[in-house]
Amino acid sequence: MAGTGLTIVRRVRSMLGPDAVVDTDASGMPRVAPRAEEGVALVLQAAAAEGWRVRIEGRGSWVPADAPADLALTTRALARVTRLDAADLVATVEAGVAWGDLQRALADQGVWVAADPPGEGRSVGSVVATGTAGPLRSGFGAVREHVLGATLVTGEGRIVRAGGRVVKNVAGYDLTKLATGSFGSFGVVTSVNLRLRAVPRADLTLLGEGERDALLDAARAMLEAGITPASLEVLSPLAAGRDSWTLAVRCVGSAPAVEADAQAAGGASQIPLAPLEAVEAGRFWRRALAGATASPVTLRMGALATAMDDALDLVLHHLDEHWIMAGVGAGGLRWSGDAPADRIRLLRHAAAPREMPLTLERAPWALRAQVGYFGAYREGVGQLVGALKDAFDPAGVLVVPIADER
Amino acid sequence: MLKRDAVARQALDAIAAIVGSRWVRQAPAELETFASDGLPTRHTRPGAVILPGSRDELIRTVRVLAHQGIPFVARGAGTGLSGGAVGDGGEVVLALTRLNRILAIDPANRRATVEPGVVNVRLSEATRPHGLHYAPDPSSQTACTIGGNVAENAGGPHCLKYGVTSSHVLELEVVLPDGKSLVLGSAGGEAWGPDLVGVFVGSEGTFGIATRITVRLVPLPRAVRTLLADFASIRQASEAVSGVIASGLVPAALEMMDRNCVRVVEDSIYAAGYPTDAAAVLIVELDGVAEAAVAAEAAEVERLVRAHGARGVRAAADERERARLWQGRKKAFGALGRLSPNLLVQDAVVPRTALPDILDRVGAIAAEFGVTVSNVFHAGDGNLHPNISFDARDPQEVTRVERASAAIMQACVAAGGTITGEHGVGSDKVHYMPLVFDPDTLAAMRAVRRAFDPAELANPGKVVPVHACREWTGLSGRRRETVRDGERRREIERVEA
Repeated sequence: MAGTGLTIVRRVRSMLGPDAVVDTDASGMPRVAPRAEEGVALVLQAAAAEGWRVRIEGRGSWVPADAPADLALTTRALARVTRLDAADLVATVEAGVAWGDLQRALADQGVWVAADPPGEGRSVGSVVATGTAGPLRSGFGAVREHVLGATLVTGEGRIVRAGGRVVKNVAGYDLTKLATGSFGSFGVVTSVNLRLRAVPRADLTLLGEGERDALLDAARAMLEAGITPASLEVLSPLAAGRDSWTLAVRCVGSAPAVEADAQAAGGASQIPLAPLEAVEAGRFWRRALAGATASPVTLRMGALATAMDDALDLVLHHLDEHWIMAGVGAGGLRWSGDAPADRIRLLRHAAAPREMPLTLERAPWALRAQVGYFGAYREGVGQLVGALKDAFDPAGVLVVPIADER
Repeated sequence: MLKRDAVARQALDAIAAIVGSRWVRQAPAELETFASDGLPTRHTRPGAVILPGSRDELIRTVRVLAHQGIPFVARGAGTGLSGGAVGDGGEVVLALTRLNRILAIDPANRRATVEPGVVNVRLSEATRPHGLHYAPDPSSQTACTIGGNVAENAGGPHCLKYGVTSSHVLELEVVLPDGKSLVLGSAGGEAWGPDLVGVFVGSEGTFGIATRITVRLVPLPRAVRTLLADFASIRQASEAVSGVIASGLVPAALEMMDRNCVRVVEDSIYAAGYPTDAAAVLIVELDGVAEAAVAAEAAEVERLVRAHGARGVRAAADERERARLWQGRKKAFGALGRLSPNLLVQDAVVPRTALPDILDRVGAIAAEFGVTVSNVFHAGDGNLHPNISFDARDPQEVTRVERASAAIMQACVAAGGTITGEHGVGSDKVHYMPLVFDPDTLAAMRAVRRAFDPAELANPGKVVPVHACREWTGLSGRRRETVRDGERRREIERVEA
């Protein structure tokens, strides 16, 4: 350990004031909650100089509290919606704002971020840093599609302001992409500029039940018919809260467009699809997503629509069918349950030659440290990631286990 | 001439053995073809031009260049508008137009894999029988290449609904400037770690060269309505744009042309029937899976634009009329060529609600500097193209054009926007980068570039101004503020003052 808890507490208090250290855990490790990005920068500069190891936290719902570090840096006091321009469809939001609170504040203005990441109480920074998209990825893209700009404080404590507040922007390299989905490898996301959309006037969810493979066929038939629903998911019985596998189709937009999409989806799928009442639909998606974090481990795996059967077979073979949502229109599936490191490694090993990247999204700390968020890279990529890490966090301050420990 | 002659001659001999000597061009007349791109103010002959005929030849060529430390510039069709495909003089240009094969079309997964030299519109033509198309559609799409689009993160009118190039690139096989070949991303779109595809797209040829590109395809809309609305004032037209966007409707495209532009188009062979007495026209396109739904949305758009003061709204009656409306828009840059010997196609972005004010400001800047500006642009995205007509033979006029450009950039940044939405920084806008980014952010960009290209051989001098960054010294954590850029920086400061 590079510094004792007490000396770190003293140092942080002298830099940021007495209330910056919000608590200490049983081992004496302090939790620091800066109120401004400059405070984050000061803490990381000190960490880089002193050799402290820093664990990044949002609102404490995603990263386990036992991650070994000298200091926990939380963004929870960075909790303001700094600027909301509903007419320009952009909001600047500090990283510690709860995702749910943000969506409620936006809804009051008739706008939303068209993403539905799983995880109760999560911070905006956590969603962006882990790139956790939900079922809406089919129609609205991955998390990166919603991030117009980001402020990233590097492991060295430099403040990098990437991107901007406009929807089209090719000024310089797109560093927002490095901040999004890299699990904090390059720094702490302190603020993001999010792309908003007008709340759709119509929002319809249709459900069909049946054998898993028949549902996958039905989903693919919709894609082949040229329909792109906002969400197109095949859910395991547990995820759907039903007795059988379930196909869920969500269409959003203007009323006539939603009606046309729903009709076309029904026509293409060749299985009966039943519409849900709006309240029931909301409950269905909330319930399904809540299951993603009900077990200790959650992972996602990329898979093409035509390879989804194969991907599911792999998951069932190496893990189980506990909780699964297969985004046929989104290019990947999410699994949640419990599994030891070896099983996840075997799955990753089997998936890699099939061009299916496996990202560990959340797990007990020991498991994260063992298998890493991303595991092994493709040939040549690891060197590139290493060079980027060296540039952004040369002292190795940030405790982010991205690679497999083997 | 290449900078280090003996080394260079040796390298070119080695490259000739790889690609065949007829694909190594060194005669002045041949080099002249590659001395410019779509930016009229830059003209620099390369030291040599190589035209590899395959991915393998390209990779081996890059390895020779890397080994000898010879800088290179990758080039597609040369339609770029920021000088990105033109070197400082003496570099080797790698022209990728022979790498023009569509390698795979996978309709079930809505994917295609292409070589970088495939012309944008060819991909859409090839996927049309499958009911799919490649959505990013820059105005130069009949000539520009997918590789160039990836380098610049190109846009186009239909990116309003479908997103820019970056949203459509899933997997890239790239050759790094040191000659290593590797694959970034996956065909499903999920990354193998940090989003290196996302950071590579738009890196303007400074991170390496994409040798194989897997892109997302989008279903062809089954129903399309294209409306032409005309306005007595630009302000009304831009307010109508905000009104449509705020309504929650997502048009496929929402484009604006001002009076100068309309008149020039109507006087040309691309005449589209735009009303020449209008201060501005909007082209609004709606698309979807069903006629009735699209018709209903079009009716709503018509109501909205009329409520914002549209004098008339016309719907294209058939595909022929629709094509004509779009031809006028897409060929506007060509038509503007009639006004003067040279045209600077500018590119900047503002928040959509700033459009009315910024267009007034652009008009005032044009008057102040005595230049002719015509606006034709992606209004729905807030992506301006104030085009300045001029005669490059008149040095005084060129100076006025540069100063007017700088003033427009300054105004767009002040309005909360940025200096380029789809054309890239290239060499043209390097000196504007400090208007948008602070020294630490510029230094971070430079550090990322060095991770991909430590020797800075790939398209040197582009994107990030070297002297405006704080130097990142790596492990020690010390920082050194270096002297700011010289002459070009002072040019901005003159305008700022």
